[in-house]
Amino acid sequence: MIVRSLFFATYRDMAGHDELAVELPAGSRIADLVAGLRARGGGLARLPESPVAAVNMDYAPLATVLNDGDEVAFIPPVAGG
Amino acid sequence: MSVDANLASVTPDPIDPARMLSGALSPRDGAALLFWGVVRNEHDGRGVSSLEYSAYAEMAEREMLRIADEARARFGTGAIHVAHRTGLLQVGEASVAIAVASPHRAEAYDASRYVIEELKRRVPVWKRESYVDGDTEWVPGFTPAVPQEAAS
Repeated sequence: MIVRSLFFATYRDMAGHDELAVELPAGSRIADLVAGLRARGGGLARLPESPVAAVNMDYAPLATVLNDGDEVAFIPPVAGG
Repeated sequence: MSVDANLASVTPDPIDPARMLSGALSPRDGAALLFWGVVRNEHDGRGVSSLEYSAYAEMAEREMLRIADEARARFGTGAIHVAHRTGLLQVGEASVAIAVASPHRAEAYDASRYVIEELKRRVPVWKRESYVDGDTEWVPGFTPAVPQEAAS
């Protein structure tokens, strides 16, 4: 299956792009996606081990099982207002 | 959408305070309160020249609407409209506006406070400050609370 990873602010600077399509085995969780991204090296190696994530625009724990086509956003500390 | 529905928007365009207020009001309301958050010229003693806001716009709108719905249910106000700017803002420009219409004033004050505090805690928006000395930095923020159980 393929999921879309989105990066914002400091994470976007680390990743070097806004988004990345990632192929994962069925049944993978957000934590597996994070481990895979960190293992790519480069700037993504600096992605935290336990970042805040949202799946399809809802905050979701890292144990959340992903589905094909999910949009997984990594959310650095927010600073709106 | 009913005429007095809550509303949330993330926009690159300047926010119009009069439209925010009139948009939230319905004939049932006796007051409307506007929170008007603007870019100021210093942060922790450093001179700020401009601020650049970026957002996960679709999620930010959903989350702001959720917060407006929570505040309205909790305090029993009328419509709550929330707007957040993105892009490059100069000192004095509004970055966020919250209009709360209400039959009575006390509820409006409570709801307005609730919306801005929650917005700062959980809406996916980020800002990068440019300082008068030429430096640029992402402003450290709040780590949103994540539910322990998956939503679906």
